[in-house]
Amino acid sequence: MKSERITKLVLRFTSFIIVLVFGGIVLSMIADAIPAFKTFGFFNFIFSKEWNPTEGKESYGALPFVVGTIYTSFLALLICIPLAFSTSLFIAEYFNNTKIASVLRTLVDLLAGVPSIVYGLWGFYAIRPLITQLGYSDNGYGIFTSGIVLAIMIIPYATSISNEIIGMVPVELKEAAYSLGATRLEVIFNVIVPSARSGLVAGYILALGRALGETMAVTMLIGNANVIPHNLFGAGNTMASVIANQFGEAEGLKLSSLIAIGLLLFAVTAIVNWIGKFIVRRFS
Amino acid sequence: MEENFLKIQNPVLSFKDLSVSYGKDNKAVKDVTADVKRKAITAIMGPSGCGKSTLLRAVNRMHELYPNINTSGDILLNDESIYKISTTTLRRRIGMVFQRPNPFPTMSIYENVIAGYSLNGSRLKNKEKDEIVENSLRNVGLFDEVKDSLNKRGNFLSGGQQQRLCIARALAFKPDIILMDEPTSALDPLSTAKIEDLLVELKSDYTIILVTHNMSQAARISDNAMFMYLGEMIEYDKTKTMFTNPKDLRTEGYLTGKFG
Amino acid sequence: MMKENYNWRDWKNKIFYGVVVLLSLITISPIIMIVYTLISKGLKQINFDFFLKVAPDPLQAMTAVSSHEIIPGGIANGILGTVVIVIVAALMAVPISIITGIFLYENQESRYANVVRNLTEILQGVPSIVLGIISYLWIVKGLTKGYSAFAGSVALAIMMLPLIIRSTEETMKMIPLSIKEAGAALGVPYFKIMLKVMIPTGFSGLLTGILLAISRILGETAPLLLTILGNTNINLDLSKPTSAVPLQIWEFYNNPNMIDLVWSSSLFLMILVLALNLIAKRISSRFN
Repeated sequence: MKSERITKLVLRFTSFIIVLVFGGIVLSMIADAIPAFKTFGFFNFIFSKEWNPTEGKESYGALPFVVGTIYTSFLALLICIPLAFSTSLFIAEYFNNTKIASVLRTLVDLLAGVPSIVYGLWGFYAIRPLITQLGYSDNGYGIFTSGIVLAIMIIPYATSISNEIIGMVPVELKEAAYSLGATRLEVIFNVIVPSARSGLVAGYILALGRALGETMAVTMLIGNANVIPHNLFGAGNTMASVIANQFGEAEGLKLSSLIAIGLLLFAVTAIVNWIGKFIVRRFS
Repeated sequence: MEENFLKIQNPVLSFKDLSVSYGKDNKAVKDVTADVKRKAITAIMGPSGCGKSTLLRAVNRMHELYPNINTSGDILLNDESIYKISTTTLRRRIGMVFQRPNPFPTMSIYENVIAGYSLNGSRLKNKEKDEIVENSLRNVGLFDEVKDSLNKRGNFLSGGQQQRLCIARALAFKPDIILMDEPTSALDPLSTAKIEDLLVELKSDYTIILVTHNMSQAARISDNAMFMYLGEMIEYDKTKTMFTNPKDLRTEGYLTGKFG
Repeated sequence: MMKENYNWRDWKNKIFYGVVVLLSLITISPIIMIVYTLISKGLKQINFDFFLKVAPDPLQAMTAVSSHEIIPGGIANGILGTVVIVIVAALMAVPISIITGIFLYENQESRYANVVRNLTEILQGVPSIVLGIISYLWIVKGLTKGYSAFAGSVALAIMMLPLIIRSTEETMKMIPLSIKEAGAALGVPYFKIMLKVMIPTGFSGLLTGILLAISRILGETAPLLLTILGNTNINLDLSKPTSAVPLQIWEFYNNPNMIDLVWSSSLFLMILVLALNLIAKRISSRFN
């Protein structure tokens, strides 16, 4: 039928736009990152610690930002996991199907709706003074502050999946364990967690992926120092925050370096998300 | 090639060596050859998985909606191969009623009945449309029950009423044949009885092919019956004859409840 | 000996329960703190001027703050900028993603469709700042030769695509197959079944997906940093720099004289995002 063929063509062509957009993103970024890679050498660039914009002696490297990203994201994940796991247990196990669970669910949903710049503000006014007062840092900026705020931001991503998965563990399995005299804690770790494992992991990896790319809150709290942070409370920059901070007036080699960092960020998040999918598929 | 068990004069529909397969090897219907009597109810029965729905859906070429289903052989509608007509034209001459009532959820009762016309862009005057809707609804015995709510959506209707609405929708075209795929299996006994009565009334104007897993239904209302097993047509005879004197052991086994 | 064992397990159980409750409360306390802070500090700054006037210049702001008055002006330039950018982004993203979603729904097995599906998923994970870079390269440097509202829209539109594609496919999959078959059995050609039966039936699901995608991009700042530059006046010209609410919050934050304005604008932004979320959820539950 003619109209059928035309319709199918329209559907197919429109879907191709995604392919074009994706390909365009990859190609554009590679093209504009090449000057930086060429000048400094691909591996040199990734592992170089220098960030020197002085004319005549320009030298740029991505290492401080890669390290900064890894520090903040993994710290955030570390803090997020116990919080998200507890919240999921609260909502889907201990208080499953009760009013208070839906209140909590709504509140966690709200967490997801807060714009990241507002998180940055909260971090600036609530967390930073705390860190300063406790004496860990002079001005409160740094990896730790960003990590805490980041952790809260990514909790909804982890819980959205784990809430469902924990609730889907078959009642018969749990009852079998209870009938053998297990405590709730034991049922949780011996029945629920093994059964929900792939869902839990998927949620945490999703959360990690989100943390890796988060820009605004981190930019406002990490201290904008183009060095590898010297300890947990040191200032630094992540791949995302250095772009946010320095893209504005960048040109030439600096611009190319920033774009190269953007390419790295793109690759890292894509790989992490892919690993998450892979794990889920493997263990489903 | 199966023998044509039942000889029928001037059949409205003829299956000629019809086979349907899912994928390359899985034959769901094997070489069915049979004629269908005009203005009568022909029942297709058999245990789950025997291919009865698959056979039915071949008549209005529904299988072409799915790329991995292949058909071979031919089906003649009034001596014309259905494959020589476009699917949209064909389907306007054949009505179909499904197992679960499926009125279009966003349309009113009125719009549902006339949907065959309006979705195809036919320009009918309001008076013509009103006539078609009223006639179809009267034909299925639904008009008096819904005449004051024609503009409401059909979801307040009971299952039986919804199914009658779907039959009205199929009738609106005045099709040559109405295909029914287990139309009462999702309904309660009272609604089932009402629809069975309706089908008996309808057969004076329409040819009905009825797939059913309910033997007693076939015995109650069909004129001819076809018994299928594992994709093959095992027996095809006048209903009374088949039920009282089945010729094949497998038919007898099914009818006496030994399997299925 | 057995009795001791039993007690210790029981204690562990109770302690764990306490820990779970405590950590859950810790998890939700930020949202309570944030809402409280925004309301207590931001509400007083919201008046009619907030919506009608543009942002004050730093001098005005400084004078107001030192005399303990409410800073004059509002964020009209930001609000209108956001409206324009988001509408243009939606106009670009919605048709493409709904059609692509339908394509994926109709082609569950094909290899090409799976490639598209995978690319969509990867696209969903791309950090928004990377999309800002892309829009900078394609639009700011390429098309409009300068910062522009359109560049912001492009970045946000790319963000919206995967969200709406996925929700469209899911919505379509939830419609019972027999509805589609009923349309086909009536001899209706495919595109008419899609337009007049399937899409209306799935309308609430599609709308929910769109609203959620919009609420997602409303609060995005990073891609805008690289593309729209900001504007002290109201600007409706797509090819020129423009303001937007999240960007303005960033500007206020970076200017010690204006920093008190962050509360009201953040409150406004949050209410907008949450309102959209609520409407989307309401629509979704009403028609399920």
